[in-house]
Amino acid sequence: MPNRFPNVEKSIRTVLPKLGIELEELEGASCCPAPGVIRSFDEPTWLALSTRNLALAEQTGHDLVTGCNGCYGTFKEALAELEQHPERLDEVKKVFRGMGIDFEGNVAAKHIIEVINELGLEEVKNAVKRSLEGIKVAAHYGCHLLKPSKNRPWEKTQRHTFLDELIEVTGAEPVKYRDKDMCCGAGGGVRGSQVVVSVDMAKEKIDNMLAAEADCVVNVCSFCHLQFEVSQAQLNKELEEKKYKLPVLYYTQLLGLAMGLEPEKLGLNKHVVNTQPLIDKILG
Amino acid sequence: MADINRDTIRSENVDIGFIQEVVDAGANRIRTCMQCGTCSSVCPSGRRTAFRTREIIRKALLGLKDEVLSSPDLWLCTTCLTCLERCPRQIKVTDAIIIMRNMAVDEGYMLPSHRKASKKLLETGHAVPLDEANQEMRKELGIPEIPPTVHQHEDALEDVKKIMKRTDFQKLIEGQESEEKE
Ligand code: SF4
Ligand code: SF4
Repeated sequence: MPNRFPNVEKSIRTVLPKLGIELEELEGASCCPAPGVIRSFDEPTWLALSTRNLALAEQTGHDLVTGCNGCYGTFKEALAELEQHPERLDEVKKVFRGMGIDFEGNVAAKHIIEVINELGLEEVKNAVKRSLEGIKVAAHYGCHLLKPSKNRPWEKTQRHTFLDELIEVTGAEPVKYRDKDMCCGAGGGVRGSQVVVSVDMAKEKIDNMLAAEADCVVNVCSFCHLQFEVSQAQLNKELEEKKYKLPVLYYTQLLGLAMGLEPEKLGLNKHVVNTQPLIDKILG
Repeated sequence: MADINRDTIRSENVDIGFIQEVVDAGANRIRTCMQCGTCSSVCPSGRRTAFRTREIIRKALLGLKDEVLSSPDLWLCTTCLTCLERCPRQIKVTDAIIIMRNMAVDEGYMLPSHRKASKKLLETGHAVPLDEANQEMRKELGIPEIPPTVHQHEDALEDVKKIMKRTDFQKLIEGQESEEKE
C-alpha cells in the first residue's frame, strides 16, 4: 500500500484514529510477499518472508493489520500453514538463524475492514456526520478477503453482505450488480504478465457496475484498487474516448467523506480516475 | 467428414511420479478429481481464454509433466480461489496450480515480467518498491516520506536479503538468468 497508494494510506491514517483505532508502525516490514505471485514462484521464500513480518508484529505485542487483500491472504495462509505443519516452522527458523528473529505464533493477522466491522454498525454510524444519501455504490470485496472461506472470519461463506452494510450506514446505497463476486482480474501475476486478459476482466466488472448506475466502486485492496483505476485509463486510451470514469474509492475514503472530512485529507485529489464529480455530488 | 485424428499419449511423455510430487507438496485430494468441470465453469480466466482448469488437472493426473509445466496457461490463473471453494471433491485446486507453478519456475519456465518483479524483491525487499513520484506524493499528503518499512531500515533489508539467499530464491531468479545468457 505505501508504495502504490499513499493517498489511500493517508485516508486510513486519518480515519482509523477517529474511530478509536490506534495504529502502530510495523518498523522494518518487507513486502508481504504476494500470495499469487511470489508464492507461485517459490513457496518457501514466500513463507519465510511472511513469517518474518508476522514475527515483527508479534514483537510489538499487537495484532498485524493490513489494508490489502493480498497481504491479508498471505498472512492468513502463512499462519495456517505454520500451525498445521509445525515442521514448516522449524524450516523457517533455520532460515532465520543468527538474525534474532523469534516467532511463537502468538499473533493474529487482520484486515482493516475486519477491524472496522468488529466495531459494529452502530459505532460506525455514530461517526457519520454527513449522510451520503443519493450516492450509489458498487461494493467489490475481492477474492483473498473472503476465500478460502475455511480460513476466514466472516459469518457467511458466500454472498457476503458486511461491506454492503458498512456502506449503507454512511447513507449511501449499495447496489446489486451482475457477477458481483467475480475477481477483479489482477491477481496471480496475471496483471503483470497477461495484461489484456486482466483488463478484460476489470472491464466486465466495471461494465456491470455502470449498468447498475453506480456512482463509484468501493474496494478494500490495493491490488483491486490499482486494477480498477489503471484499467479504466487503459480502456479509454484504447477506445480513444473517455467512456470509463467510474471513481474508485477505498472504504476509508468513502467513510471519511461521510464523517465530513476534507477530500484532500483522504487523498481523493490524487486519483487516476477523477473523483471530483462524485465529491461535487456529495457536497452539492 | 474431416479426418479424425487419433491423439496418442506416448509413454515417453508420461512421468508417473509427477502427481505424487504434487500430492506431497500439499494437493492431497487431487487424485479424487472426477472431471466434473466445475472448476472450469467458475473460472474468470477460462471465460475469456482457452485456459481450462479441468484440463490442467487431468493432464497432471495423466503425468504429462512437461506439457503442464511448460504451458503458459498455468499463468492465467488469478488465484481467485473460486474453484477451490466450489470443487465438489474438495480438491485445493488453486493450491495445486501454485504447486505446479513452483515446479515450472524450478524447471526454468518463468515469464519475463515475473522475473522482473522477483528481482525488485531481491534488490529492495518489495516487489513494488517506492518510486520518486510516490515519494513526492507522500510528502504532499503529509505522511512519512519514506515508509517505515525496509525502505527506512537498512539492517532489516539486509535480513530480508539474507533470507532470500538462504531459501535459494536469489539463485532461482538470478542463477537461471545467467544460464540463459550463456
Ligand atoms: S471441480 Fe474438482 S472434481 Fe471437478 S474437474 Fe475440477 S478439480 Fe476435478
Ligand atoms: S483460482 Fe485460478 S483456476 Fe481457479 S477459478 Fe480462479 S482463476 Fe480459475
